[in-house]
Amino acid sequence: MGEENKYQPVIGLETHVELNTETKMFCGCRLSFGDEKNTHTCPVCLGHPGSLPVVNKKAVEHAIKIALALNCRINEYTIFHRKNYFYPDMPKNYQISQYDIPLGVEGHLEIDMGSYVRRVGITRVHMEEDTGKLLHTGSTGRISESEASIVDFNRAGTPLIEVVTEPDIRSPEEAREYMVALRNLILFLEVSDCSMEEGSLRCDANVSVMEKGAAKIGTKTEIKNLNSFRFLQRGLEYEVKRQVEVLESKGRVIQQTRHYDNRTGTTKALRSKEEAHDYRYFPEPDLVPIYVEDKTVEEIRKTIPELPSEKAGRFGSEYGLPAEDCVFLAGDMDMADYFEESCRHYDNPKNIANWIMGDFSALMNKNGIKTISESRVTPENLCRMLKIVDEGKISSKMAKSVFEEMFETGRDPGSIIESRGLEQISDESILGSVVDEVISENPGPVAELKGGKEKAISFLVGKVLAKTKGKANPQLVVEIIRKKIG
Amino acid sequence: MNRLAGEGLETYYLTAHDLKDKLKKKEISCLEATESSFRRISEVEDRVNSFIRLEKESALAKAKEVDSLIASGGEVGDLTGIPVAVKDNICTKDITTTCASRILENYVPIYNASVIEKLEKQSYILLGKSNMDEFAMGSSSENSYFGPVKNPWDITRVPGGSSGGPAASVAAGEAVCALGSDTGGSIRQPASLCGIVGMKPTYGLVSRYGLVAFASSLDQIGPLTRDVEDCASVLNAICGHDENDSTSINRPVPDYRSFLKPDIKGLKIGIPSELMVEGIDSEVREKVTGVISMAEDMGAEVEEISIPSLKHALSVYYIIAPSEASSNLSRYDGVRYGYRDMEAKTLREMYRKSRVEGFGDEVKRRIMIGTYCLSAGYYDEFYEKARRVRAIIINDFKKAFGKFDVLLSPTSPTTAFKIGEKTEDPLTMYLSDICTIPVNLAGLPAISIPAGLSRDRLPIGVQVIGDVLREDNILRAAYSLEKAIGFKDLPEL
Repeated sequence: MGEENKYQPVIGLETHVELNTETKMFCGCRLSFGDEKNTHTCPVCLGHPGSLPVVNKKAVEHAIKIALALNCRINEYTIFHRKNYFYPDMPKNYQISQYDIPLGVEGHLEIDMGSYVRRVGITRVHMEEDTGKLLHTGSTGRISESEASIVDFNRAGTPLIEVVTEPDIRSPEEAREYMVALRNLILFLEVSDCSMEEGSLRCDANVSVMEKGAAKIGTKTEIKNLNSFRFLQRGLEYEVKRQVEVLESKGRVIQQTRHYDNRTGTTKALRSKEEAHDYRYFPEPDLVPIYVEDKTVEEIRKTIPELPSEKAGRFGSEYGLPAEDCVFLAGDMDMADYFEESCRHYDNPKNIANWIMGDFSALMNKNGIKTISESRVTPENLCRMLKIVDEGKISSKMAKSVFEEMFETGRDPGSIIESRGLEQISDESILGSVVDEVISENPGPVAELKGGKEKAISFLVGKVLAKTKGKANPQLVVEIIRKKIG
Repeated sequence: MNRLAGEGLETYYLTAHDLKDKLKKKEISCLEATESSFRRISEVEDRVNSFIRLEKESALAKAKEVDSLIASGGEVGDLTGIPVAVKDNICTKDITTTCASRILENYVPIYNASVIEKLEKQSYILLGKSNMDEFAMGSSSENSYFGPVKNPWDITRVPGGSSGGPAASVAAGEAVCALGSDTGGSIRQPASLCGIVGMKPTYGLVSRYGLVAFASSLDQIGPLTRDVEDCASVLNAICGHDENDSTSINRPVPDYRSFLKPDIKGLKIGIPSELMVEGIDSEVREKVTGVISMAEDMGAEVEEISIPSLKHALSVYYIIAPSEASSNLSRYDGVRYGYRDMEAKTLREMYRKSRVEGFGDEVKRRIMIGTYCLSAGYYDEFYEKARRVRAIIINDFKKAFGKFDVLLSPTSPTTAFKIGEKTEDPLTMYLSDICTIPVNLAGLPAISIPAGLSRDRLPIGVQVIGDVLREDNILRAAYSLEKAIGFKDLPEL
């Protein structure tokens, strides 16, 4: 294991994002989700003779959105290319994609690793069409063990955005964090469901290792079939280790495509003698170039909601919240909006933040509520409760119970307190007489307190609370006790 | 005995505009006209082989519908009730569309090409699907899985290609007019060899949706007709923006018939010296020179012009077209439709055998050339270089049209050659297109009209080329010259 410290992983990721547009990239077929096979097809996405592609404008807008969010420069002129190869899930045996003039270039995404920030360069963001799905008949469904294959073209033609990073990622953990950050970002833009399980978010990795301080980078392998964040990290860890072992035993890493096997946690070279694919790229003659006007780019930029990182920063400066609070609140758009709405009704943001991060989130988790705005507690009611506590009408301990009822019923705190008769007793004369009682009934602790044992005061306060059925205002009680005892 | 078109002309030899006239005046019914065409077909088709498939039943049924339409005073378009042949690379819904290939022998399209939709709106009569060079690759219509098409003027000779079927059917009187496709001259050259009118519109004017692609940046659908007036009528019917075709031009369609004026006084005509090539038949040269003199007599200003880059047009074409074709034809793999070798045991085998068995030799040749030109290491030298030279050719034409309204040239360097004469050496065959190819590279409109007959009664055509979207100029020039030439001959069949 010590050898690994001698080496530096160098990782680049290629991510494919399926857009959630109404229709496919080059035809009017609707996207399908688990519908009956081959029911969302037409001459175009089936590659019938004489069919022609027509660009989905919405898909282009979404692509621009993603590219802008990744800080890319948008090319003012972008074209489609044909990527030619034969495979049965590709109706035309070429994929309409982009090659040397993609939509977005030279971007970056910063990922927060806790103790440091890694800036991952984004080489390109481009548009292409997805393939159909192949199913191999036979018990295991694996191609090598099947007798026949069937193709479902429902997915063929679905708009796909490809995001390619520079080889800036330096560890499997960073790779995972990059994917998490990229996914959150794209979810924020609401252009994709980004589900690795459903295949609307896919990722391949290019991995190599090099000796730290060396000038030359190592030979890279491509790893496929990393279809969850966990498998991504595990697969990369395995591959890094494997390459280190190869190099340490004086071997050479072979440039090849390797398949991650999640059953064994290993990567295996694909069986075929991999002749490097010559895709014979040439510009797609059935489509005209897309001229992207600055005006359009600006209009799209305006539709991008404030990104989580920007929002977190703003929360820090605008509301004076510490970093962890900002990251927590800004990480969920709905929660962030809820927080800010609350701040309009109440002027202690830290208090709001504490409640949201604490009791509120705990109750949401317990009840399986995923978004804060789905809960029954409105921002106005939350704030009302906080004001009531500030005014001393109930203790903060009592507030927890009131909040629970607010969460369950959606009622406002005022009516809950009234119906349960929970109002805190803050009348000094009433409290004074109760304190007198407790003092006379508990000479021992009183003596301890006089003697300087501070703990005794909690005991006495507890007795007062018991006598008042929890309604006594604890801070006042403490004050009164001290006054009386001295 | 020369039979000349004129009085007492058989119904099947009428032009569309004359037939429309007679239909309107109820001098003839659509059913009678359609039956006349089918009678003619049964007379000559075994000698001409211009059809792959006939649609007699549905045509006659449609004809009856049209007669009812006319009787009830319904709207009659220029092509309503007109018997038309459609090249078999244009998709007709529910009617087998083969591209003259084994690989699509039984392919039935699930949709209509946009041009077919337009013609159906006018209630045209579809006689059947025309024979052609396989996948539109050829200049003789000999490369057909369904046997070669014969030239009605001499059935031992080729009608030209790849729209040999459409051209022969119009020349033989089987169809009143036809739709073909032109990628390097495939409408104009057969029109020239068959003594009829053939036109390729400006690239993008006619939708390619439903035209089985050969070379996407060059293909266009166009009319083959008896005269220029019919050509304009067909253009009116088939031109127009189509949102299913991203390369389709978005402009209002003029009335092309309004450009038919028999007057070319002051028209500036350029004669590109590179197109009056050395290898041209002396008789072809003679006839074309004669037409040029006629034009001068009519008041046109004629001048020679040299466009040196045209020397490279053939090479550029034979890189770009096969390259695009190699990609366009990848879809024929036996997976979703078309011929599949059922004995194959693996995926690779299925691909290989289906395509080897399904495609003819010329198609395979061009796919291989195209794949080579696009492959890594050769792309820059071939495809990219060809694209750049193409840009030069486009530019040179632009400059030429700064000086001239139209350009004039022979359509084909020879008259119809014998069947089998050029099949041994593909390169000699490729030279047939030397005058027509530059036009496709630049996306220009061009029309071929008959200039006369050679001494052995084989048609000679002359080509008029216009600037982008200047169909007005070429129609006017062609119409005027047609009147002056007065070509009325018909084949003895």
